[in-house]
Amino acid sequence: MKKKITKHEYQAMVEEKAPGSHILKDLLFAFITGGVICSVGQIVMLIFEGFGADMQTRASATSIVMIFLGAFLTGINVYDDIAKFGGAGASIPITGFSNSIVSPAMEYKKEGYVMGVGAKMFLIAGPVLVYGIFSSVVAGLVYFIWKQVM
Amino acid sequence: MAKLLGNQTVLLDKQPIILSGAAIVGKKEGDGPLAKYFDDIVDDEYAGEKTFEAAESRILRDAFIKLLEKSGKASTDINLILSGDLLNQCTAASYAFRDVDIPYLGLYGACSTMSESMTIASMLIDGGSIDYAVCAASSHFCSAERQYRFPLEYGSQRTPTAQWTVTGAGAVLLGKKGQGPRITSVTPGKIIDEGIKDSNNMGAAMSPAACDTILNHLNDTGRTVDDMDIILTGDLGSFGTTMLRELLIKNGIDPKNKLSDCGTLIFNLEKQGVVCGGSGCGCSASVFSTYILDQFSKGILNRVLFVATGALLSPTRIQQGETIPSIAHAVLVEA
Amino acid sequence: MVSILKAFLLGGCICVIGQLLVDLTKITPARIMVIFVVTGVVLGLFNLYQPLIDWGGAGATVPLTGFGNTLAKGVIKEVDESGLLGVFIGGVKAGAAGITAAITFGYIMAIISKPKIKS
Repeated sequence: MKKKITKHEYQAMVEEKAPGSHILKDLLFAFITGGVICSVGQIVMLIFEGFGADMQTRASATSIVMIFLGAFLTGINVYDDIAKFGGAGASIPITGFSNSIVSPAMEYKKEGYVMGVGAKMFLIAGPVLVYGIFSSVVAGLVYFIWKQVM
Repeated sequence: MAKLLGNQTVLLDKQPIILSGAAIVGKKEGDGPLAKYFDDIVDDEYAGEKTFEAAESRILRDAFIKLLEKSGKASTDINLILSGDLLNQCTAASYAFRDVDIPYLGLYGACSTMSESMTIASMLIDGGSIDYAVCAASSHFCSAERQYRFPLEYGSQRTPTAQWTVTGAGAVLLGKKGQGPRITSVTPGKIIDEGIKDSNNMGAAMSPAACDTILNHLNDTGRTVDDMDIILTGDLGSFGTTMLRELLIKNGIDPKNKLSDCGTLIFNLEKQGVVCGGSGCGCSASVFSTYILDQFSKGILNRVLFVATGALLSPTRIQQGETIPSIAHAVLVEA
Repeated sequence: MVSILKAFLLGGCICVIGQLLVDLTKITPARIMVIFVVTGVVLGLFNLYQPLIDWGGAGATVPLTGFGNTLAKGVIKEVDESGLLGVFIGGVKAGAAGITAAITFGYIMAIISKPKIKS
């Protein structure tokens, strides 16, 4: 059979016809979800402030609590629903980081606690740690050199 | 003797008969518009097993057992099983049939597996090699998600062209004699790749393959769209069907209202949150082996070109920046 | 109460940036997470993230950019205290609470619960 349209034409056709995202709705939901999660973080922070914790302790303790909440909501099979609604509003906060670690841990338990849970836990979040830590090293080097020069 | 028409279509002489069909699906599919046609609906995504992979094998084997029951055949009557699924190394099918003691050919055609197996089986029966064959295929939302996308509990949004892998298994019994619709010709498809890279847009990746196979079938047999009651694609989904329509029109064929797609039939697209519709081997397998066969038995359908479509990708090749090769095999079923 | 509202607004806005990347580009979610954390590190290095924290509190610290900022702050503090060695210690030390919490709770959740489908 002779081809009536080229690959290039077809791809252009697909681009043109493809249904788009409901951007405004997506942005609103992301805003609300992200906002609510951060508000919860602020409340937790205020509670620790009430206990008289210093700035550093407060920040670390809040991270731990938020990560726990993300893990807990993942464990009771709720976090993916929140993300379905909130999109980036659920994946950008640290609760989403927690979800990206807990979900493969749960999923791959069937392949065992070592090669399943242990090996697959950082399947999605691994890159965040790799690039976060590596860029902190680069940042540290830049700062170190800057200090020597100045 | 079977005859080759054109380059691609085999006109069958003995016309194997589809004696019976059976399908078992998951809960979401059981909430869909075709619920009453399925033989069983499994509410538990684990189907009583420990893993999703085992659950898929379980559903496939149960569909096979149901098929034997419905057709009144014993497993010793079956000469060959042709089956496949989406999992790596085709394990859903091989674990499903490891205890049945019947010769087995494992097939991989991604979501085109059902029409691929029916194509091969009907040629084998037509050539007199075997008398009775079971063609089956399965998919499971959860086992497919963990292999192709993300862990189930990972929070992610589906893009506007995404589809939902059907949890289900369908099986048909083909035989050289008996009552039922006949397979009169088959058109094995060629691999077509139009350069689509987005694995969340399988419909658009597969519609050129469906178009190619449909055009070749019509061309080889000298038939037109009007000769068909419907042209039933496997899992193009709503967007893929739109693209197929466009492609056919660009090739000078107006499909009119003849295009139908298992992926859009099995779910209520507006209410069930499946975006563009169902996908997976189990989609076309379960819809064809129950709903479509039922429409034949009621005389509503008399001639259907069944064109299951498959996207022959792997996550590895997509991560390596490759495009998605696709395929479609056509089986002409007549009352 | 005002601080909670500020956290809501700032956190919401940061997530909207993420959603814009999701909807308007072909960047995968994993890459967006990486972009956010690295952006946080860069902003932290030039001390540009602190004003956001001062204004919006958890609205700035809870998103992944805040985690990046924590890593950058940690490495700067450690370089000040122990020189070149601090380059290799500071980041992970500052992020230790988050990383350890994620591993611990992830492990516990893996033991006690299993994935389920939604209908």
